[in-house]
Amino acid sequence: MTAARRLTGCGRRLGLALAALALGLLGAGGTLLWSSATTAQALVADLSSHLIAITTGFTGTEVVLFGAVDGPGEVAVVVLGPKARVTVRRKERLAGLWMNRRAVVFEQVPGFYALATSRPLDGLAPEPVLARHGIGLDRLVFNPAGGRAFAPADLAAFREALVRAKLEAGLYAGGDGQVTFLGKRLFRTNLFFPATVATGTYTVSVFLFRDRDVVSAQTTPLIVGKTGVGAELSEFAQRRPVWYGLAAVFGACLIGWGAGTLLGRS
Amino acid sequence: MQVYLPIAEMSVNALLIVGMGWVAGVMSGLFGVGGGFLLTPFLIFIGVPPAVAVGTQANQLVAASVSGVLAHWRRGAVDFRMGLVMLAGSGLGSGLGVLLFGVLQRLGQIDLVISLLYVGLLGLVGLSMLAESMVALIRGRPAQLAKRTGRGWLHRLPFQTRFPHSKLYVSALLPLAIGMFGGVMVAVMGIGGGFLLVPAMIYILRMPAALVAGTSLFQIIATTAVVTLLQASVNHTVDVMLAALLLAGGVVGAQIGSRLGARLRGETARALLALLVVAVALGLAGQLITEPADLYSLVTEGPR
Repeated sequence: MTAARRLTGCGRRLGLALAALALGLLGAGGTLLWSSATTAQALVADLSSHLIAITTGFTGTEVVLFGAVDGPGEVAVVVLGPKARVTVRRKERLAGLWMNRRAVVFEQVPGFYALATSRPLDGLAPEPVLARHGIGLDRLVFNPAGGRAFAPADLAAFREALVRAKLEAGLYAGGDGQVTFLGKRLFRTNLFFPATVATGTYTVSVFLFRDRDVVSAQTTPLIVGKTGVGAELSEFAQRRPVWYGLAAVFGACLIGWGAGTLLGRS
Repeated sequence: MQVYLPIAEMSVNALLIVGMGWVAGVMSGLFGVGGGFLLTPFLIFIGVPPAVAVGTQANQLVAASVSGVLAHWRRGAVDFRMGLVMLAGSGLGSGLGVLLFGVLQRLGQIDLVISLLYVGLLGLVGLSMLAESMVALIRGRPAQLAKRTGRGWLHRLPFQTRFPHSKLYVSALLPLAIGMFGGVMVAVMGIGGGFLLVPAMIYILRMPAALVAGTSLFQIIATTAVVTLLQASVNHTVDVMLAALLLAGGVVGAQIGSRLGARLRGETARALLALLVVAVALGLAGQLITEPADLYSLVTEGPR
């Protein structure tokens, strides 16, 4: 009974996935940025949603990636967030007080990185292949800004601190994600985005591996944007900062006056 | 209930923020201080970027001070002339403070400076207030302030000005300097600074006690309004959603606080406040001298 239900559930999910795939292929211009030269249809994949809307009640969200391959193989999914400059500071003791002393500025640090694979990384492909495609947290390259020379051990410590902080914030996920195959051709994985996720354009790359090498790849954009009251407020604050400030002061005066008169009399 | 803060770019528990605003409101009703010295460290503690915590606090303080000043105004307990002179100073101070904040932030020392200022100022004020209220409690009557009869060099400065409402004839430089100090504090620490302005106005300016609270509130409204405007236009760090949540709790808390305050003796209230202030200062000092769990911290620049 339960098996039957699970089957129909599966069927419905597959149907949905296939319908979405068909739609995706029809309007493929935007989503299929590039495909490997071997076979255009070796790999197709799409997301359950191309827009993550940050509303007032936003607490993080899940996006389902699904796709199909034309034969046996393994799949890896890499999600990259918009890049920014990140300063990592280390506290040291000076005159009995702990204070920030040394800092390394890293350029082009992705604000988000998630990896999901259909089998453990080491069995997927040799190191150079993984490095070339930036698959795996250890293979992300962070360059210190300003061309300053740092001792390799120091740099590694600052890099590790950066990755650790991002992992703790749920903004980096290094391979605990699972790509599961439904049958032999269809695969899916769930991508989780926490509430602190940055706005901007994300790229979701899907790689197909055969014989320990990438034979096909596809990149799909994913937009994270604010909507509703929050979006309007933050846009107002960015576009018309002086008016935003005046409105904030005026609103506060009004609330204060209202509270003072109402509560002052009682 | 989680609410997404559009400027802080994070999701917070709305009830927690409203509750914290409520605590600050009770404090302001009970003791006549804004409670900013509790709110700013708390906001930073739950992960609000320090710049947003300080900028938003300024906005929240505008509303809290407006509601507070109305009662004093009705009683005619505001010396507007004195307030305006202090305001000129605080305008200057807050401009300096906002710039200073930006510089310290780039140097990565803003947290240290905020903590040191808190420990130093809160410790000093808290301990002296504690000593004074303890003496008063033990003797069973208010401590007599040692009144100096002579006019020190502070009172011989140029620009002697008459302040009829306060019945004072002092150098305008004094209120100007006090106001400037207040302005820097609002911008850098996110506190109204009432707990520092009030003693300064009593001991340095020697204003009549009845006019002090109203006049300092009047001055704080203007300063926090200027700082809100500056932080919003220069640093983009005023989160009105966060300010509204804090206010929602604060408005209710202030009323409960003032009802409780009516039943509490002045010395007892001051002693309690002093204990709280000293506790916060000690807690922050402890953080500065113990080894942090994580030595590293991250700052992401520009569009995150």
